[in-house]
Amino acid sequence: MITVDNLRKNYFSDKSGKFAGIGKENGLSFEVNDGEVFGVIGPDGAGKTTLFRILASLLLPDSGSATMNGIDVVKNYKQIRRIIGYMPGRFSLYQDLSVEENLRFFATVFNTTIEENYDLIKDIYQQIEPFKTRRAGALSGGMKQKLALSCALIHKPDVLILDEPTTGVDPVSRKEFWDMLKRLKEQGIIILVSTAYMDEASRCDRIALMRDGQFIATDTPQGIIDAYAETLWAVQTENMSTSLNDLRSCSEVLSCFAFGDKHHITVEHGFTKEELSGFLKEKGYRNVKIEAISPSVEDCFMALTKD
Amino acid sequence: MSVIKYLIEKEFKQTLRNAIIPKMIVGYPVMVLLIFPWAINFEVKNIKIDIVDNSKSSYSQRLINKVDASTYFIINNVPASYPEAFNDIEKGKADIILEIPSSFDKDLVKEKKSDVRISANAVNSTQGLLGNTYLTQIVNNFSQEIRGELYPASQKARVPQIEIVPDYRYNKSLDYKIFMLPAFIVLIVTLICGILPSLNIVTEKETGTIQQINTTPVSKFSFILAKLIPYWTIGIIILTISFFMVWLVYGLLPSGGYGTLYIASIVFIIGVSGFGIIISNYSDTLQQSMFLILFFILIIILLSGLFTPISGMPAWAQAIAYGNPLTYFMEIMRLVYLKGSSLTDVLKPLGILGLFMLFLNSWAVVSYRKRG
Repeated sequence: MITVDNLRKNYFSDKSGKFAGIGKENGLSFEVNDGEVFGVIGPDGAGKTTLFRILASLLLPDSGSATMNGIDVVKNYKQIRRIIGYMPGRFSLYQDLSVEENLRFFATVFNTTIEENYDLIKDIYQQIEPFKTRRAGALSGGMKQKLALSCALIHKPDVLILDEPTTGVDPVSRKEFWDMLKRLKEQGIIILVSTAYMDEASRCDRIALMRDGQFIATDTPQGIIDAYAETLWAVQTENMSTSLNDLRSCSEVLSCFAFGDKHHITVEHGFTKEELSGFLKEKGYRNVKIEAISPSVEDCFMALTKD
Repeated sequence: MSVIKYLIEKEFKQTLRNAIIPKMIVGYPVMVLLIFPWAINFEVKNIKIDIVDNSKSSYSQRLINKVDASTYFIINNVPASYPEAFNDIEKGKADIILEIPSSFDKDLVKEKKSDVRISANAVNSTQGLLGNTYLTQIVNNFSQEIRGELYPASQKARVPQIEIVPDYRYNKSLDYKIFMLPAFIVLIVTLICGILPSLNIVTEKETGTIQQINTTPVSKFSFILAKLIPYWTIGIIILTISFFMVWLVYGLLPSGGYGTLYIASIVFIIGVSGFGIIISNYSDTLQQSMFLILFFILIIILLSGLFTPISGMPAWAQAIAYGNPLTYFMEIMRLVYLKGSSLTDVLKPLGILGLFMLFLNSWAVVSYRKRG
């Protein structure tokens, strides 16, 4: 069980030249239950890494508190470090040590052995075991990620903190990774994961949408989608780039975003597809396809951050 | 205990797998000790001299032959007049002029004395000064020879004479190499044991591995200790190679024995590697730490009496030199190598070195932060 109460951390970020951090207006508060996969979803710079670094006891918050299984991350950081497994966003294992040496290193610094907790990592580690004498720096992206996860798990943590684990990983490896998390969850490990990929949201039990250091919604993925109150259509025309601006110029269209080969638009209640298709024909588009769609998490995020 | 053992093992593995560091540990002392003592040498040889001989007598010819016979001088030209010789100095063809007056032989015989003029180009002050001194020595020797010839032995006894016979203790032939060899050993140990640790923690920061380490329960003390022990080992290996090279190539053995040298060196190596870790702790990037360590190493080397004696520095520089651990290590090295001092003779500088070691290493552990 993770309890976060009114957490704030503001610091000057010299890269963007403006104040960054989390909980600037209202402190962050949320709870994560045992055996839950909790996803923090938001664009780059939303404050996901800052939040995770505070929870991993690497950064001190300005105010507020966070506890994991009743242990405070600030006061009892030494105990926290025994019960968490942290996987930073960047691959941060020793590139000049072999796969096995890296794993043994992390086992040893946690006063345990690979053999003792082999069951927990077996599924994951078996996939990279054929390469165990290879230097970590020579592994492919997907294999590096599996090794990093094995190293974060080797001391049998109660809480797993994964900071953007799937960034820069191919779609097949991403899917495999989420399958692995599912199996870990079944072992009773609390998993806190952040991602910038909205399509991964459905793999979490609960998600928090984050922007500018604030949670703008916290619910199950279905709950977030159910709360979506707008009328959502997907529009396809033969000239997608000009139609984006034309759609935005239509007074009944509330929002319009490009989603791959379609535009997702929200419209005022009572506005019909025929009216919209008439509007587009007037603008000179001929092959216009309009269909009502059910919203994805990304649509919800867009709607929530519209203003 | 097994944690720190594995941490040390990991550091050794990483160091040995590095493509450059193991080669440098062996190659660096060998190269520095083979090349530098010959190149960095304050002895002045082959000074180009112009001799203006206005006398053209047998005496002046003897003086010229004496100058020619000396290994310090090469006769560049024998011009007819002083302005011509001065022209050579201006063009950089000659470094020094010896002008013999036209009445040289007459004066020597009649007046029993004569003057010669020495003009040296002092753009390179050491060369000018030493050239002047060597030339004066030759002229003085010559005048003594003449005196012996012109005065009968009985008369000579009545002329009081003071002859200075220099006896250079601890470095009989005033060989600059002997003086510099202990300094080069100090230089090698300082560079390797100061720079390598300063790059270590900051490398873990750059690759991000430090984050993963920081979330483990490993204590600061064991983490830093495990980082330092490999550098102490490297330092002792380098030291041993250097001692061996100095004996093999230059035949120089420490007259005070190796025991004292090793004790002092270990204390110094521990101190200077702690300093490297401090730099590493305060730097965010390799670039920063590289710049910082070179800045400090340059200062501690220049203000340590390595190349120039501390007694010749202005008071403020002397104050810095006495706050510099390298000064004491250098002092011990030279005392033991050249003077034959034993452990009890160097207790004072050794004690000061020990205090530096404790201070720097405590700072290194305290300044390492496991969270920001």
